[in-house]
Amino acid sequence: MHAFRQILRIEARLYLRDLPTLLSTVGLPTLILVVLGLIPALRKPDPNFDGQTFLSYFAPSLLVVTLAMVGVNILPAVLATYRERGVLRRLATTPANPAALLAAQLLLALSGIVTSAVLLILVARLAFGVPLPRDPVGFTVAFVLGTAALLALGLLIAAVARTAKAAQASALPLFLVVMFFGGVYLPRFLLPEFLARIGDYTPPGVQALLDAWTGTPPQPLHLAIMAGVTLAAGATAAKLFRWE
Amino acid sequence: MPVIEVTKLHKRYGDLVAVDDVSFAVEAGEIFGVVGPNGAGKTTTVECVVGLRVPDGGGVSVLGLDPRRDAARLRQRVGVQLQESQLPDRLRVAEALQLYASFYRDPADPAGLIDKLGLGDKRNTAYKNLSGGQKQRLSIAMALVGNPKIAILDELTTGLDPQARRDTWGLIEQVRASGVTIVLVTHFMEEAERLCDRVAVIDRGRVVALDSPAGLVSTVVPEQRVRFRPSAPVDDRLLTDLPEVTAVHRTASQVVVTGTGDVLHAVTSVLARNQIIAADLRLEQSTLDDAFVELTGHRPAD
Repeated sequence: MHAFRQILRIEARLYLRDLPTLLSTVGLPTLILVVLGLIPALRKPDPNFDGQTFLSYFAPSLLVVTLAMVGVNILPAVLATYRERGVLRRLATTPANPAALLAAQLLLALSGIVTSAVLLILVARLAFGVPLPRDPVGFTVAFVLGTAALLALGLLIAAVARTAKAAQASALPLFLVVMFFGGVYLPRFLLPEFLARIGDYTPPGVQALLDAWTGTPPQPLHLAIMAGVTLAAGATAAKLFRWE
Repeated sequence: MPVIEVTKLHKRYGDLVAVDDVSFAVEAGEIFGVVGPNGAGKTTTVECVVGLRVPDGGGVSVLGLDPRRDAARLRQRVGVQLQESQLPDRLRVAEALQLYASFYRDPADPAGLIDKLGLGDKRNTAYKNLSGGQKQRLSIAMALVGNPKIAILDELTTGLDPQARRDTWGLIEQVRASGVTIVLVTHFMEEAERLCDRVAVIDRGRVVALDSPAGLVSTVVPEQRVRFRPSAPVDDRLLTDLPEVTAVHRTASQVVVTGTGDVLHAVTSVLARNQIIAADLRLEQSTLDDAFVELTGHRPAD
């Protein structure tokens, strides 16, 4: 436990020291929100979105940006780099357990995601009048499960990629899929119906986030799928994880 | 009482036998070298000793402990510097050492260690901004920060320039003087010859020789050459009659005598008795390099 706290402290410091990565993960969704929010038309209630503004409709997709960046992009790259450089192996020769480094990285990824989400929700509320999630419990559950599913997928990539380059290469398709079906590239109302429906079941489950945000309890099937992805990807990652 | 005992160690990866049959014992306080060509099984042997790998056969005992069963106790007392292990780019020297110190029950003082390793003015420098020699010294410091009884150092000076290499050697001698037993894995024969009390030569997964560097040289490649320019003509027979001499050659101005044992003394004595002065007298001895080639059929850097 002592070693874990020390490792977490150092890893947190390294995380904060890497300013570009920090801004692009924690700050990017809010930055996009602000840019879009400066366009008056997007702040007007629109019958297309059940009388909500485009910003309200699009906010869950902005959460997907952080989740995809941290879970699928950064986490596997960091862990694969640590393995490639022998950091994990070296730790295995000391009284500390290399799993502590893994746990510290997961915890940091999680705090980055939560910070980013809180920042986004607050700025959306205070600057652009986007209501806070109306089903807070459902939203929290959908957010936690969606986050867990993407972090588990990130761990799976980290588990099998031999090098940081390989991790980035195998993360890219997944990253694009997550972003696309999360409605980041094209807002989902512009997607053909069946593509939008696929997005309901693609981690992190943007429809469940949108439902909970606007007050409809998320559908159990959507949540169950995220839980299933988490368990399957997490268990496979644990089984396949290479420490060197 | 040996601090490390390796007995009939065997380790394979699938069909590939990495370590066939390796046995040796390391005594307390010595610098023990493990040398051999690349792929000979040096690193796998060391990985079994530190408990990173499970042997398929044979036994390993370190400070009387089993590296797998007593891993937690062993890791408190054995410092390891692995081949090609690096640190995160942005981690600073002092942070790295303080972090590693925090893992041990009775660590060395990180600040003192930083000074001792000549990194005093680099304590706040990020890892990526260190030179190769500085990185290597930090790596050694991390192996020592737990106040270990044994330090295992794998390919300590690979990639260092000659000056940094010599500085590192001086450092290792200091560490030994402080009572730490050192296992040095290397493919630099000059390094092994200069530092090690005893050397195990491993080739194709087996120990092919184990002795002091001087002992290895004198048994494996005992021949020495004496060169000199005689002040007066020398009759070959004067030299070939000596029991120590095996051959005599001549170049334009020099006589080259090949022999074993105390050939230098025998040659100079017989020249003196005949009032011949040996100018430009040189003794050429074999080195551990030559012994290595003789034992393994490889150049050391292969």
